[in-house]
Amino acid sequence: MKTKAFQRIYTEISAITKATCVLKAEGVTYEELAWVDGRPAQAIKVVDDMVTLQVFPGTEGIATKAEVVFSGHPPTLNVGELLSGRFLNAYGDPIDDGPKVEGETRAVGGPAVNPIQRSKPSSLLATGIAGIDLNNTLVTGQKIPFFADPGQPYNSVLAEVAMRAEADKIILGGMGLSHDDYLYFKNTFTQAGVLDKIVCFINTSENPPLERLLIPEMACTAAEYFANDKKQKVLVLLTDMTLYADALAIVANKMDQIPSKDAMPGSLYSDLAKTYEKAVQFAHGGSITIIAVTSLNEGDITHAIPDNTGYITEGQLFLKQDTDIGKVIVDPFRSLSRLKQNVIGKKTREDHPQVMNTLVRLYADAKEAKTKQENGFDLNEYDKRCLRFALEYSERLLAIDINISIDEMLDIGWELMQKYFEKFEVSIKETFMNKYWKKSKVEEGLVEEKVN
Amino acid sequence: MTKGVITSIISNLVTIEVDGPVGQNEICLINSNGVQLRAEVIRVNGKEAFAQVFESTRGVKIGSEVDFSGHMLEVELGPGILSKNYDGLQNDLEKMGGIFINTGEITAPLDKDVFYSFTPLAKPGDTVSAGDWLGNVRENWVDHKIMVPFVMEGAYKVKSVVEAGDYKIYDEIAVLVSDDGKEYPITMTQKWPVKQAVRNYRQKIRPYEILQTGLRVIDTFNPITEGGTGYIPGPFGTGKTVLQQAIAKNGEADIVIIVACGERANEVVEIFTEFPELTDPRTGRKLQERTTIICNTSNMPVAAREASVYVGMTLAEYYRNMGLKVLMLADSTSRWAQALREMSNRLEELPGQDAFPVELPATIANFYSRAGCVELNNGNSGSVTFIGTISPAGGNFKEPVTESTSKVAQCFYALSQKRADAKRYPAIDPLASYSKYLDYQEFRENTNANIQEGWVDLIKKTKDIMRKGLEARDQINILGDDAVPVNYHMDFWRSELIDFTIIQQDSFDDVDMNTPMERQKYMINKVIGICDMDLPFDDFQQVGDFYKKLINLIKQMNYSPIDSKEFEQYERALNEQLEQKTAVA
Repeated sequence: MKTKAFQRIYTEISAITKATCVLKAEGVTYEELAWVDGRPAQAIKVVDDMVTLQVFPGTEGIATKAEVVFSGHPPTLNVGELLSGRFLNAYGDPIDDGPKVEGETRAVGGPAVNPIQRSKPSSLLATGIAGIDLNNTLVTGQKIPFFADPGQPYNSVLAEVAMRAEADKIILGGMGLSHDDYLYFKNTFTQAGVLDKIVCFINTSENPPLERLLIPEMACTAAEYFANDKKQKVLVLLTDMTLYADALAIVANKMDQIPSKDAMPGSLYSDLAKTYEKAVQFAHGGSITIIAVTSLNEGDITHAIPDNTGYITEGQLFLKQDTDIGKVIVDPFRSLSRLKQNVIGKKTREDHPQVMNTLVRLYADAKEAKTKQENGFDLNEYDKRCLRFALEYSERLLAIDINISIDEMLDIGWELMQKYFEKFEVSIKETFMNKYWKKSKVEEGLVEEKVN
Repeated sequence: MTKGVITSIISNLVTIEVDGPVGQNEICLINSNGVQLRAEVIRVNGKEAFAQVFESTRGVKIGSEVDFSGHMLEVELGPGILSKNYDGLQNDLEKMGGIFINTGEITAPLDKDVFYSFTPLAKPGDTVSAGDWLGNVRENWVDHKIMVPFVMEGAYKVKSVVEAGDYKIYDEIAVLVSDDGKEYPITMTQKWPVKQAVRNYRQKIRPYEILQTGLRVIDTFNPITEGGTGYIPGPFGTGKTVLQQAIAKNGEADIVIIVACGERANEVVEIFTEFPELTDPRTGRKLQERTTIICNTSNMPVAAREASVYVGMTLAEYYRNMGLKVLMLADSTSRWAQALREMSNRLEELPGQDAFPVELPATIANFYSRAGCVELNNGNSGSVTFIGTISPAGGNFKEPVTESTSKVAQCFYALSQKRADAKRYPAIDPLASYSKYLDYQEFRENTNANIQEGWVDLIKKTKDIMRKGLEARDQINILGDDAVPVNYHMDFWRSELIDFTIIQQDSFDDVDMNTPMERQKYMINKVIGICDMDLPFDDFQQVGDFYKKLINLIKQMNYSPIDSKEFEQYERALNEQLEQKTAVA
């Protein structure tokens, strides 16, 4: 951080906490970027001439006589085509031995898009994973997190989705990422030969936690450049937002704020929304889609972080280990894509909504049968069919290693329904039954006889 | 006017050293980087005023100059409000330039150059008071009354009214004279502070008439009335917003005000895209023509969230005073409460439960009480029906916002995670939910006369069948299918029949999404008729199979237009099934 002649320099810090320091300074603007002993910091409270700075790398070793330099502007990022293929830290500085990124300097965390300038998100974002495409279809301009336990392979699923989804740019924001996972992402992107459409902002668990606060703003500022200025389809990956929220809590705590639920700041909802609402579909075709990871504690979604996230995002995806088939599946009950209604049956085949719902309902019946079985009750004939159906449904459609088209998924759905059920049990609109239900009268009769 | 300078900034809370008098809730303007940021005074302490800023405070400096306006946050009322998309401070979003919302941008809420066709209703010599009708203009298809401004106290004589013709909103359309001879020129517009209720009516009356929403689980099971209040709490993913949008589309109101308060921008965009396309079946006009949207989405400034619900309510009250049925929806009131919490926290007030401000219950109660059915001074009636959604933290209804609301709202629509997981939509729990209007004598008399004799009792009977079915289900689950009498299975399947055919409704199917009252009456009678039949079954397996067939046929009926061939066909098939079964007996 070079000091320039016109910058204001102070050397008298009056108070220091683990995350912040306070000093007397004049003419400071709110959210202005400063450097404390060369460490980046931001003005988060100004009372008379006392300024509170949140010091991103932490305050270890800062002395009261440390040099504080004010920049006169909020944190910025240089945006331009040269961002492509780059790995940067939370300040937008290279960590890949490349040169400093040249481009137009923009303040991060800019204003909100005027809602009337948005378009309704309605282009399909296919991934080939049936647990997503069939049951929880994604749409460009959507924001959706994976709710995952720490033991689940969420980062590799995230990378897989990113590689398969059709996007012009993929922007990865890593917060508290383990160094191994960072290398995994880097290797995956390199091996797939897609480096030219990647931009990464990385804060690993080795870096100071407060720096995480800048990662989503950096990633979204870069995304807005490509999506709005360049009219591209941008996919933003944010992992892990729980660690981001933890950093928010640290700062709030050091500022003596009264914590609300789960020791989180009362403004958690707005803080998270500021990032997630950057997801947008522009009328000119550019879009920002955000897929994030929110790690859970033992699946507890009532914790303030996943809870607030769920109210902001357009659905959530749950991964689950299915012990019956020994694979990771996308949980059909708890997962939800709110924007799927914009595309299913419209951009996909007409029978998509009804087939999807019926399959999930039958899978729910199977789950009930299973509970019955576990409680030692006799299963009736319908229960048994449901269980056999569930096994095949899980194996052929829910498992995350599936990679097929949506039409194929629907065909498999019809095949399974006809294999295990009768017309009256599926209760689908007659017009679709006439078109897709291929089982003949004779076969129906045979099954019915068997049943009786 | 009073002036001041900024002395501290913490997020969107600033303190200002003032040089003159300031009022609580007074609006002031902070001069920063060439624009003016609006802020509202929320505490005064000597020469120091605390204000919440309605915009991002990035770039504001200590010493920035502040101008005080002398008034509270006001809305501008007049023709042209309908079809508009406002932000939380009544800025017209359409008039803003650029893709992003620029800090400090202020746009006019009404269109000053549009001509409206005016017809006088008052004549010179009439005695009038605030809220009385002076004339009428057509706004879209709505008769928009030009009223004596609400702020004018006492009685006035009409000195003159312009002739029928086309006028712009700021043209003088009448002159009123007060007792002491002072003249007041009147235009088509007026201003009103949003935090105060408009009370220019004769009296509030007890609601008695159903406000149809087209949703069976509401209209039939737990009806809301014109002028009623309701709330919809639910964990995320249970369909709060889909439900509210369905009500906005199908609700039988003259005017619909939607406040998107701290929620997703894409949901608002959905309304922006759909409402200009969709037709209101009652009027044949576009839904957009009767709708005003106020949006402060979750990434827009937090302080304006509180303002947005008050702006919405004031617009609703304004139209109510024209003798119209207004439906106001707010999604979600929890975000508003959170905005209050953030501010209370920054003011370092002692916190109440879950860190919410202690006055939260009172604030919510006052707000809900602004809804209601009123008799106007001229004998006409109007109503504001208010339905708010709540996003309870962790999906747990034992939290301050839900609890405070439950004490004031008359209808409770509990969204159930269990029903949502089982894809039983709308996920309103039919038994946990309630409508207190079912117990109103006025409501009972009205439904007896307008729907059918004994309607309320029929609904209560239906709920009993549901309740009995759930008890039977629990017994079956504990004891096992064949360890209970077949009767238990019949009880259970009767409740499933009601659940699948009456309560569940496909909000994405063109026919099923909106069921008029006449059809709801027909179907509930049909289904209860079936529940009343004592059908013979040999074992529990038969019960389920038979009722599943019935459910399938009735669902097909629900998907078909009521006077269509298919409907008739499915009904015939249904009757045949029932006849066969009873013939066996």
